[in-house]
Amino acid sequence: MTAAAERSSAPFRVSPGIAFVAPALCAIVTFFFLPVAGAVLLSFTDFDIYAVASWRNLRFIAFGNYSRLLRDPLFWIALENTLYFVAVGAPLSMGVSLGAALLVNARLVRFKGVFRTLFFLPVVTTLVAVAVVWRYVYHPRFGLLNQGLGLLGVGPIDWLGDPRWAMPSIILMAAWKNFGFNMIVFIAALQSVPESLYEAARLDGASFPQQFRHVTLPLLAPTFLFVSVITLIGYFQLFAEPYVMTQGGPANRTLSIVLLMYEQGFRWWNMGYAAAVAFVLFVIILCLTLVQTRLR
Amino acid sequence: MRRRALLPESLQIVAVIRLPVSENRRSGRRIHTSDRRRGRGFLWAIWIPHPRSAFGRGSNALASKKRSIDLGFEGVGEVRREEAETRFARDSRAWRRILALASLAALTVGCRSKPSATTVVEFWALGREGEVVQRMIPDFERRHPGIRLRVQQIPWSAAHEKLLTAYVGEAMPDVFQVGNTWIPEFVALNAIEPLDQRMQSSTVIAVADYFPGILDTSVIERATYGLPWYVDTRLLFYRSDLLERAGYPAPPRDWRAWVDAMTRVKERAAPGDFPTLLPVNEWQPLVILALQLGADLLRERDTYGDFESAAFRAAFTFYVDLFRRGLAPLATQTQVANLYQDFARGAFVFYVSGPWNIGEFRERLPASVTWATAPWPAPDQRYPGVSLAGGASLAMFRGSPRKDAAWQWLEYLSEPAQQIALYRLTGDLPSRKSAWTEEGPAGDEQTRAFRIQLDHVRPTPKIPEWERIADEITRHAEAAIRGQVTIDEALAALDRNVDAMLEKRRWLIERGERLPS
Repeated sequence: MTAAAERSSAPFRVSPGIAFVAPALCAIVTFFFLPVAGAVLLSFTDFDIYAVASWRNLRFIAFGNYSRLLRDPLFWIALENTLYFVAVGAPLSMGVSLGAALLVNARLVRFKGVFRTLFFLPVVTTLVAVAVVWRYVYHPRFGLLNQGLGLLGVGPIDWLGDPRWAMPSIILMAAWKNFGFNMIVFIAALQSVPESLYEAARLDGASFPQQFRHVTLPLLAPTFLFVSVITLIGYFQLFAEPYVMTQGGPANRTLSIVLLMYEQGFRWWNMGYAAAVAFVLFVIILCLTLVQTRLR
Repeated sequence: MRRRALLPESLQIVAVIRLPVSENRRSGRRIHTSDRRRGRGFLWAIWIPHPRSAFGRGSNALASKKRSIDLGFEGVGEVRREEAETRFARDSRAWRRILALASLAALTVGCRSKPSATTVVEFWALGREGEVVQRMIPDFERRHPGIRLRVQQIPWSAAHEKLLTAYVGEAMPDVFQVGNTWIPEFVALNAIEPLDQRMQSSTVIAVADYFPGILDTSVIERATYGLPWYVDTRLLFYRSDLLERAGYPAPPRDWRAWVDAMTRVKERAAPGDFPTLLPVNEWQPLVILALQLGADLLRERDTYGDFESAAFRAAFTFYVDLFRRGLAPLATQTQVANLYQDFARGAFVFYVSGPWNIGEFRERLPASVTWATAPWPAPDQRYPGVSLAGGASLAMFRGSPRKDAAWQWLEYLSEPAQQIALYRLTGDLPSRKSAWTEEGPAGDEQTRAFRIQLDHVRPTPKIPEWERIADEITRHAEAAIRGQVTIDEALAALDRNVDAMLEKRRWLIERGERLPS
C-alpha cells in the first residue's frame, strides 16, 4: 500500500499548521474569546449583587443596559471628560515626546543615555507614588506650582479642586508620566533616518527647519501613525490618574469612562451595566482607530 | 512508544502536598518569618519508588495511604520547585536510594501534619485588627485546646471585594470581620448565619450589654447577623482654644449655637481658613443632619427614595447653606493635603470624624494644640443629636462546617476583658457597655463624648444598595453646593435616580423574595 492511499484512508486529517497553533489558540480562546463572549452576554442582563446570590434573580434585559446608558447623564459627562482628555492630552503628550526625542537625539547632546533614562523614569514609576507627589505640587497654598506662579504674579489656582482646572491638571500629569515611552519610539525612528538624506538636504541649502519639515517628518510618518494609535487607545482608557488623584471629582469633572465602569462594576457590582459601558468604549475606540488608519 | 527518559523509570511523582503554616509552626521552625506572616504554606514534591522497581516492592500500601493524606490542605502555596529533570536525569542507584529514603521521611512528616482532634477555624480580620488579633490567639488556644485559629489579615481597601469574590469562589472563612454597613449585602447573598439562638443560650454574651443603635445595624428582619466587635460613630472634633477665643468655652448644644459659634470663628479667621471642614465627597455629615431631623431617607420598605420629604429638605438646605455662607470650604477629602497640619494651624475649628482619629490627633498634633471631642448639637433642645451607628461586627459564614468552634472564638472576642484588650491595642471602642471601665476607654477624656454619642446612634437603611445611594447623595449635594442646580432640582433628581436604582428591589419584593429591609 502506498503512503498516499494510507493518508486518504485515514478518517480525519489535521493539517500540521493547525496542530502547531492549536495550543496557542486554545489558550487564547479560553482566556480571551470566552471571557469576552461572556461579557457580551453579561451586558444583556441586569447582573448585580442579587444575581450573585441566586441565578433566579437574573433578568435578561436585551439592550436595556445600553439604552439606560445612553440616558445616563453620568455617562455623557464621562464621555465628554474622556474626549477632552484625549483631544488635549494625546497631541500634547506626542508633541512633548517628539520634542524630547529630537533633543536627546541631537548631535550636540552629550550623555544621551542619561537623558533617555531620566525621561523614561516617570513611565516606570508607580502611579500612586507619582500621584502623591503631584498632589503636593498642585496644593493650592503650598504647592510648588502655585508658588512658582506666585512669583510671576499669577494668583493661586486650586488645581485639583476647581472643576475647570482639575482635568488640565490630570492631563499635565499624565503627559509628564507617559511621554517617555513614545520618546523612545521616536528616538528609534529618528536613528533610522539615514544621515545621507540630511547631507543631501544641506547641500541643497535646506535650513534646519526645512530639513525637519521635508526630511524628518515624512520619514517619521509611519511611526506617527503607530504612536498616535497606541496613545489614543491608551488615553481613552484613562483610569488610574483620576482614581488616585480626584476619584472623579470635583463635580464629576474628572470622571472617565473606565472609572465609571470600575465604579459600576466593582464598587456597586452592577456587572451587566459595567459590561455595557465596556463595549460602548470598545466601539468608540474601534471606530476612531479605523478612522485614524484610513486618514493615513 | 518509548518511555519518557527524563525521570528514572523506577521513580514516580506521586503527589505534591502543601503543608499549611499553622502545622509547620508547630512541627518545625524552619519557615521564614515573612512566609509565616503571609499565611503561606510550602509545597513539597514527593517521589516514591515505582511499585515495579527494586525499591518499590512492598510500598504499594504506603502509596495508597499517602494519597489519602495529601489532599485537602489549603492555603496559598509557595513553590520551591526542584529542577526535577536535570536533577534526576542521572539514573544512578545511589540517587534512587537517597530519594527513597527522603520520600519516606517526607511521608512521615505528611502523616504527622494531619491533625487528629483539633479543629482549625479560619478567621479573616481587616486592617489593624487583623494584625493585633494575632496576639490574642495564644490565650484562646490555651483555653480551647481542641481549636486552632488561622487568621488572615486583609487591608480594608480590598476587603469588600475579597469577601465577595471569596463568596462566589466558595472560599469563605468560618468567621470574618465586616463593616456594619456591609451586613445587608452579605445577608442578601445568604452568606451569614443568624446568631440569635447562640446569643440567647450563651453565658458570655448579654444582648442588653450592647449599644442598641449599634446592634440594630446587624439586625435584619428580626434576625441578628453580626456580633458587634468594636463600635464607632462620628462626632465633632474641635479646637477648644480657638472656640474659647471666639466666645464659646463649651461646645454648642444645638444647631443655632453651632452656627453662631462658626460665624464668630469666621469673623476672626484668616482668609482661606474656615470654621468647619466638611469634605464634600463624604456623605456622612449630611446624612447625620438628616437623621437628626428625623428623615427616613427611604420609604415603602426601602423601595423608593424619600429625599423630597420636609425633614430631608431642611437638612439639605442647612448643609448647603454652611458652604454658601462660607462656614465650610468647598474641598474634597483628597484635596486636604495634610489634615493634621491644617488642624494644628487652625485652618478649621470643627471637624467631623470618628474614634480612629483620637490616636492620630494625639500622635500628630503638637502638644500646644488643645482640642476636644463633643457629641453632635441637636436641631432642637433634645441634646445630643443622633449620629451614625458604625463599627465592625463579627459574622459567621452560613456554610461553615465548624460553626461550634467558630462560635467559641466569637464568644471569646466578645468577653469584656478581650474588648478592653483590643481597645488597649488599637484604640477601638468596645461594643459592650461593661467594657467601658477605667482601664478601658472610660479613663480617657476624649472618648467620653463618644460614650454619650453611642447612646444616640441610628443605622442607615439596611439594604445592599445603600452605599450607592449614599454616593448619589454626595453627587447631588456637591452639585447644589457649587450652584450647578437648585436645591429643588437636586432633591428631585436624587429621588428619581434612587427610585431607578431600587427598581430591582421592587421587582424582587413583588416576586415574593425575602429581602433584607
